[in-house]
Amino acid sequence: MPAAVPHGFYTDTTVCIGCKACEVACKQWNQLPASKGGAPQLSGQSYDNTLRLSGTDWRHVKFIEDFKTEDRSGGRWMMMSDVCKHCVKAGCLEVCPTGAIIRTEFDTVVIQSDVCNGCRACIAACPFGVIDINPANSVAMKCTLCYDRMKLDMTPACAQACPTASIQYGPIDELRDRAQKRVATLQAQGETRAQLYGADTSILGGLNSFYLLVDKPEVYGLPANPELPSRNLAASNAFSAIGAAVMGVIGLVSFRKRRMDRFAQQGNNE
Amino acid sequence: MIDELYSASAHWTWWIIPYFFLGGIAGGCYFISAMLDLVGDRDDRHLSRIGYLVAFPAISIGLLLLVLDLNQPLRFWHMLLRREDFIPMPFAFKWWSPISYGSWVISVFSGFAFVSFLAALVRPGDTPRRGPLGLFQKIHSGLGVFSKLFVLLGAIAGLWTASYTGALLSVTNRPIWANTNLLSVLFLVSGLSTAAALMYLLGRRRRSVSEDALHRLTRFDDLSLGVELIVILGTLATLAAVLGGLPSDWALTWGMVLGVTLLAVIVFGIIVPLAIGLRQSGGRSLVLASTLVLLGGLFLRAVVVFSAETMEKLG
Ligand code: SF4
Repeated sequence: MPAAVPHGFYTDTTVCIGCKACEVACKQWNQLPASKGGAPQLSGQSYDNTLRLSGTDWRHVKFIEDFKTEDRSGGRWMMMSDVCKHCVKAGCLEVCPTGAIIRTEFDTVVIQSDVCNGCRACIAACPFGVIDINPANSVAMKCTLCYDRMKLDMTPACAQACPTASIQYGPIDELRDRAQKRVATLQAQGETRAQLYGADTSILGGLNSFYLLVDKPEVYGLPANPELPSRNLAASNAFSAIGAAVMGVIGLVSFRKRRMDRFAQQGNNE
Repeated sequence: MIDELYSASAHWTWWIIPYFFLGGIAGGCYFISAMLDLVGDRDDRHLSRIGYLVAFPAISIGLLLLVLDLNQPLRFWHMLLRREDFIPMPFAFKWWSPISYGSWVISVFSGFAFVSFLAALVRPGDTPRRGPLGLFQKIHSGLGVFSKLFVLLGAIAGLWTASYTGALLSVTNRPIWANTNLLSVLFLVSGLSTAAALMYLLGRRRRSVSEDALHRLTRFDDLSLGVELIVILGTLATLAAVLGGLPSDWALTWGMVLGVTLLAVIVFGIIVPLAIGLRQSGGRSLVLASTLVLLGGLFLRAVVVFSAETMEKLG
């Protein structure tokens, strides 16, 4: 049995070749169904036909086709294997009303499908748009970081299948060290934009699936400063409490008036 | 682009909009009836009875819609009890998650609404009944201070039922919903104005309901509409900063449609009924005004819900 220390993924986007072995391995290990019964669906805009993470696609290799200029000079074709970030402060877990979403002994975030009732609050709460309903069992689903494999000290299917070691799995501390060294190497080679996303605590307390990027997070479809949904809780409740108090006074004034009128009338008669 | 655009749609649409509307009506009707009972005259009971008779059916239908909206409707009770051992709070309760505490709020409110509904059913003539119905009658209005406390707590639960749905939207990571903190108070005030409008429409045909009670109800509705207008404008002001960060293709399509609908809600669902109310017109114009308020409340919720639901995830 592995020691229960935080584990996760470090994804080095600079070595991803877009082969989608991770997508296939994930589907196969987790027995995820093909969408639309396996009928061929081409996006028509890219080699990326998966298009987004969903209840049946827990890995998605993004193809970032950056050809802004007319002559395509400086064009870039970047790939990034996207997945649940297993946030240390996870929005999905924060709002889940059934207790279906739990934090495991490895500090990962897992949805228990026998508890989930499909309220979909987690979908709107995740700042990365990771979760969706799996139509096969009508509950919210996402990457489990292969919890079943982790328990047996096995590497998650995607990391195992990745031929370029773009997806690396292990104890988070070790992964961070490795990632920092890689950033230093890239910067020394002149790739000054090399940076880590989610490796420290500044993003949601840290992402247990963090990335090495060579551009701003937005270029990869990642939010620059994702936050927890509860940031709005106190203010929302404070405003409704103020509103309730105001409406209470208005109700009191409106519906009490008659008595006041009567007192006033009695006063006039006297 | 704002960070919320990287989140995904929760698919809260056709079941949720009428639920939000009915939740507002139910909570609002209970609150108004409770106020009439607590600070009104004895004559006002005929009007307050209407509110109690509406509140329970409205929240019951709303709850049914809410359950049907779940992808696993038969597991609705997982919101309230722990699945393994049926243990309720604190294990299945998150005070920081509106969908979690909201499930408890609507359950508690439904209990209040149920007792008051049955009490209102037997209330004509105020003759004390025997048997179970008499018990509800007693709890609701026959136990002095206890009964007053009962309707007061029911009114608070009603207001919470009307407003938590706004917090439910704001406490997400979806564009527009999460970019303002005023949706909860907006839904609260709109729930009260729509409830007052419905109670007017139902009360005006009843001979037992006095002109004076109806008059005070319409004045309450006018004041609610005034507050609602301020809150809507405040909500738009808080959103002004993020509007520029929304995708232009959305702004030119759904944004336009929803913007025009919201404008229609403000003009026809708030300003026109308010003007009619302030002109002290009676009869038919008040019927028109109340109908417009009800339609405005429904469309307001549709605009709010679809504002985020129509926005595609970026990236
Ligand atoms: S990325 Fe989304 S789904 Fe994954 S843990 Fe974070 S909030 Fe939850």
